[in-house]
Amino acid sequence: MNCQQIQPLIQPYADGELDAVRVLEVEQHIHDCPACAQEWRNLQSLKKAMQHDSLFFSAPEGLRRALKVELHSGVEAQPSRTFWTWNWLTAATTGAAAMCLALLLTITLTRPTARQQLTQEIVSSHIRSLMANHELDVVSTDQHTVKPWFDGKLDFSPPVADLVAQGFPLTGGRLDYVGNRAVAALLFQRHKHVINLFIWPAQASDSKPAVFGSRQGYHLIHWSNAGMTFWAVSDVNEKELMEFSQDFVAATTDTPASR
Amino acid sequence: MDERERLKSFEHTVLPHLDAAYNLARWLAGNDHDAQDVTQEACLRAVRFFGSFRGDNARAWLLAIVRNTFYTWLRKNRSPGTIVEIDDEALAIEDVSMNARTLNSGLADTETVRHAIEALPVEFREIVILREMEGLSYKEIADLAGVPIGTVMSRLARARKQLQQRLAGEIKSGGQP
Repeated sequence: MNCQQIQPLIQPYADGELDAVRVLEVEQHIHDCPACAQEWRNLQSLKKAMQHDSLFFSAPEGLRRALKVELHSGVEAQPSRTFWTWNWLTAATTGAAAMCLALLLTITLTRPTARQQLTQEIVSSHIRSLMANHELDVVSTDQHTVKPWFDGKLDFSPPVADLVAQGFPLTGGRLDYVGNRAVAALLFQRHKHVINLFIWPAQASDSKPAVFGSRQGYHLIHWSNAGMTFWAVSDVNEKELMEFSQDFVAATTDTPASR
Repeated sequence: MDERERLKSFEHTVLPHLDAAYNLARWLAGNDHDAQDVTQEACLRAVRFFGSFRGDNARAWLLAIVRNTFYTWLRKNRSPGTIVEIDDEALAIEDVSMNARTLNSGLADTETVRHAIEALPVEFREIVILREMEGLSYKEIADLAGVPIGTVMSRLARARKQLQQRLAGEIKSGGQP
């Protein structure tokens, strides 16, 4: 393929929006063409500059508090603040749709598979950890502090690695309870986003990180390694969560768990 | 579902995305005060519409409401001249390649990057924020903004080109005599 054909693909490539075949074509071209390679590098450095932590604005604590008060006062008082002009047809349609949805949910939710139940528990646990504002039992960015902390609290020793160099700094760990057992949860940060990594022993044979879909806007990636099962969950995009998973596998395979 | 349960479910599903909501509002509105107003109004709208939320991506859903609330707010609070309709057809035929100049954005400090983003037209800014900071896919952005994916791509390309030009200019004037 020539530059003219590759040009429109460079941004989608950098954004992780191309299929595998196209990815190969772009990579091959970039490898051979200095001009397109330069453009790709420019784009990469721009993306990196834009994802700097200090460019994210966190919601002020006052807003969070005001919102809670406002939401709860709405329940106690009458809930209709007539900002919206609803006609009866909209209301009826929404009502009917909501009923269908509720029925569907009841049918689906009453028969979840074991896997579905597990992923739901993982996502719920992830969300709880975000809400509490103190999601950590041990706050440390040092893997040699976090790892020993789990000793004596769990019947296994989870692998721990700090991935600060890869852009996923370790922020700490906590104990959690998933699938009827105590598990280790490691917390990592990606810009303002939190990644929870759940770890527990399992008999499963080793498998590479694989996307396990998403729930409620959170992505799930699952893998097994050396008798442990791993679930990474976060609202960072799937591509970055996959990078994280692969980086964690690489870091913990290079560094034996006994260290 | 009773009102109290609905609220509880809302708090579990939607409120964890408050930072994302505020971040978008802050970048769109340009200051903390207006961003808080927009975020708060958006959350109150969200709780009213929570019944129609189909439960697949609460973050994108909330961000869509923040965006709509912002534009409603903008029409009410600012003169009509501040909203410039963007001609996407003209964008599509324009050359948006960036290989003409060499740029190392790593050299730009975050203040410079912040100013460069702030200087973008709002239709470009929102797409850049949704893509780079909130990590949404082209499809999610297209659904959220109600435009075709092709438009998302051309706006994103155009926005990045403007950013690179601005950063290249800044570096030149700031870094060299």
